[in-house]
Amino acid sequence: MPAEPTVQINGERLPWVAGEHVAGALARIGVASDQVATALNGEFVARNRRAATPLAPGDVLTVFRPIVGG
Amino acid sequence: MAVWSLHGVALDSRLLLGTAGYPSPQVLREAIAAAGAQVVTVGLRRTLAAAGDNGFVAMVRTSGARLLPNTAGCRTAREAVALAHMARELFGSTWIKLEVVGDEHTLQPDPWGTLEAAARLVRDGFAVFPYCTDDLVSCQRLLDAGCEVLMPWGAPIGSGQGLLNPWALRTLRARLPGVPLVVDAGIGAPSHAAQAMELGFDGVLLNSAVAQARDPVAMARAFARAIEAGRGGFEAGVMARQDMAVASTPVTGRPFLIP
Repeated sequence: MPAEPTVQINGERLPWVAGEHVAGALARIGVASDQVATALNGEFVARNRRAATPLAPGDVLTVFRPIVGG
Repeated sequence: MAVWSLHGVALDSRLLLGTAGYPSPQVLREAIAAAGAQVVTVGLRRTLAAAGDNGFVAMVRTSGARLLPNTAGCRTAREAVALAHMARELFGSTWIKLEVVGDEHTLQPDPWGTLEAAARLVRDGFAVFPYCTDDLVSCQRLLDAGCEVLMPWGAPIGSGQGLLNPWALRTLRARLPGVPLVVDAGIGAPSHAAQAMELGFDGVLLNSAVAQARDPVAMARAFARAIEAGRGGFEAGVMARQDMAVASTPVTGRPFLIP
């Protein structure tokens, strides 16, 4: 039996949902979308493009937040 | 009164301060104030958790200082470009401290990756502050790519070793007149910062030396004074170094002509 398709969000595997976009994935995991920045497979996805950027099986979504830094 | 500028932004302070590693947001706030810092660095981290930074970022955002986000942790130009775009979205600034590291032990900047990312980010409308080595030709290529400011290292990040190659830094100053030069990384003591300023550098960016001090606020103040003193020395003109003693008292030979 083939494995269920998944997507990765910050290293955590989640079931892939057909038709889901980046914005939907953020909502699914309860992340406030105006407080994070996102990259899909290493490429920046602007906030205003998240609802138009679909996720495919195996995609890697990375979520970043502001921190202090040097 | 503003004494210099970065990307058209007039600044009074020549001390750019990192915000990581402070014991509390309040100490950080007081250190920024004591330093008189008008530019502070911030970063991004891969995390889903909304809580956990104890209010540091919120404090930095309200400090009144201009934010300079970095691309810390990036090992390739592609990573740095993506992170810079995310930083622009989250911090609302086109300023980016570009870091592309090429060696895990020294955290030495990768000159090729830095140049590739800088060229792309300039095209994308960023004001790029490249963290780079003190290699003259690498610095010239970054200027060719559109960088208007250079931030060569004094020593490896967080090492506190001071200026390991004053000759190279002096050469950069001599060969790149008019380019804002900021020593970034490796500064451990106020005397190191003063030395950078005496060499003619326009500013100093440091973090650990203040954050790890027993009293970060007092150390921030000490750095501010050292930088002011060093710059004053540069502007006044440091005397030429001599290999041998040159008597300063205008006597005529020995005081007594007794055989």
